[in-house]
Amino acid sequence: MHSRARRRWPVQLTVGAALVGVFVALGLVSLVWTPYDVESLDVAARLAPPGTDGHLLGTDRLGRDVLTQIMVGARNSLLVAVVSTTAALVPGVLVGLMTAASGRAVRETLSRATDVALALPGILIALVLATALGPGNATTMIAITAWFVPVMARVTIGPARQILAREFVEAARAGGRGTWFILMRHVLPNIGPVIIVQTSLLFASAILIEAALSYLGVGAQRPTTSWGMVFNEAQAVVGEAPSLVLIPGVIMVVTVLGFNLLGDGLRAVLDPRQTTKAVT
Amino acid sequence: MAPLVDVGDLSFRYGTHQPWVLRSVSLSVPRGAAVGIVGESGSGKSTLIRVLCGLLTATAGAVTYAGRDIGDWLARHPRQFRRDNQLVFQSPASSLDPRMRVRRSVAEPVRALERRRVADDELASWLTLVGLDPSVLDRYPHQLSGGQLQRVAIARSLSVNPGVLYADEPTSALDVSVQAQVLNLLMDLRARLGLTLVMVSHDLAVVSRVCEQIVVMRGGAIVEAGPTAAVMHNPAAEYTRALVDAARAVSLAASRSAS
Repeated sequence: MHSRARRRWPVQLTVGAALVGVFVALGLVSLVWTPYDVESLDVAARLAPPGTDGHLLGTDRLGRDVLTQIMVGARNSLLVAVVSTTAALVPGVLVGLMTAASGRAVRETLSRATDVALALPGILIALVLATALGPGNATTMIAITAWFVPVMARVTIGPARQILAREFVEAARAGGRGTWFILMRHVLPNIGPVIIVQTSLLFASAILIEAALSYLGVGAQRPTTSWGMVFNEAQAVVGEAPSLVLIPGVIMVVTVLGFNLLGDGLRAVLDPRQTTKAVT
Repeated sequence: MAPLVDVGDLSFRYGTHQPWVLRSVSLSVPRGAAVGIVGESGSGKSTLIRVLCGLLTATAGAVTYAGRDIGDWLARHPRQFRRDNQLVFQSPASSLDPRMRVRRSVAEPVRALERRRVADDELASWLTLVGLDPSVLDRYPHQLSGGQLQRVAIARSLSVNPGVLYADEPTSALDVSVQAQVLNLLMDLRARLGLTLVMVSHDLAVVSRVCEQIVVMRGGAIVEAGPTAAVMHNPAAEYTRALVDAARAVSLAASRSAS
């Protein structure tokens, strides 16, 4: 007698989704409401510590509300991470799949090209792009996308080749299916967990890279703000107001952790071998 | 009567600088016959049936199906050729996509080759034909036993009413008791559906039980071919004699341990 096992949600999925949910909520709420305008200055209350009346997370050296900066920064991180990771995901996976399914000569050429692209220093390329295109979110997104495409392709090639060597792929060929169908309906679903986990890791990386580029001054520009920008502006007063570094730092770490846990949880949920089992 | 599958001087290698896997193989498979191909690992028997069912292309020689070259079939009528030439694989666990439910896996050849959706009743009838309960339609492969998986794989191959069923070591990955069930099923299906069966195995006993003709391969070439009774009782080649002796020794040991 067989029965389908009851679906159990992994703890990491719940925790990851909750942390990511808070991050997304912060960014989305900032579209319609923030405690103050992002550029609003309260000079009399500059460097106010967290918990100050009217400024839950305190103020920076110009008297700007830190909670507002964090909320708008979350929105900016969300935008950059979603756009750049999604833009890299589709071409990266497609290049990886095509490479895996190609003949030896084409596969070796594309694989080495991917390796070369991976060896390029991403941050330096972003800085060069910023010089050429000017600083801003668009430059950040282009730089991150260019950085992530070969990563996604490289991650796809190995697992895709393993799946292509399985007998069910040969069975699909014997059953009249062509390469494109096999890649989309057999290979992609079977490497889905790998891609999902990698996407969640890249999403987290995109948040960190965006913060780093903004910290270096080539990312987001005023009037918008970024967590990296908050870091940059806090470094001059870190002795007087360490919370200006600690608060965005902790939020960034928790957000990245959330994406990593979410990816791990999704991998478990999306694998039928882990969610259903035979009962004899 | 003209053979259904005819192979003449077939040679195959995976690349220009690779060693030959098949060397000047010639054989005929009459319509409705059961032909067994036996040989040790690396003898080229699995490669041979992959060439015969169009998964690999012959490097030299001719292969015809129903009197027409299979290259011509694949160029002009690929779906009809694929429908007529189905393959059952060695490892049932590996030959079914772990992310597809049985329903989808069994329906796949019909969807691909006949371009139509398959009703549950039709799927259920194929599963019943191979001795499975239709309730397995909603299961994933990992929820089935090895014997059940091989039955699903056979049902998938039969779903397009093939002219020839190629079976590549269909029992070697199964428990001994399940092996017998699957062999009985293949014999039963062959009788009921009038299938032409080409079965590959390293086990002469298995092949001699199911097939009326045996082809013995070694090193990519045929060393002996003929009716099963003749090959088993009067083997002409030294290698075949060794295989027959080994099969008898295994059979004797098995019957002794059973008693």
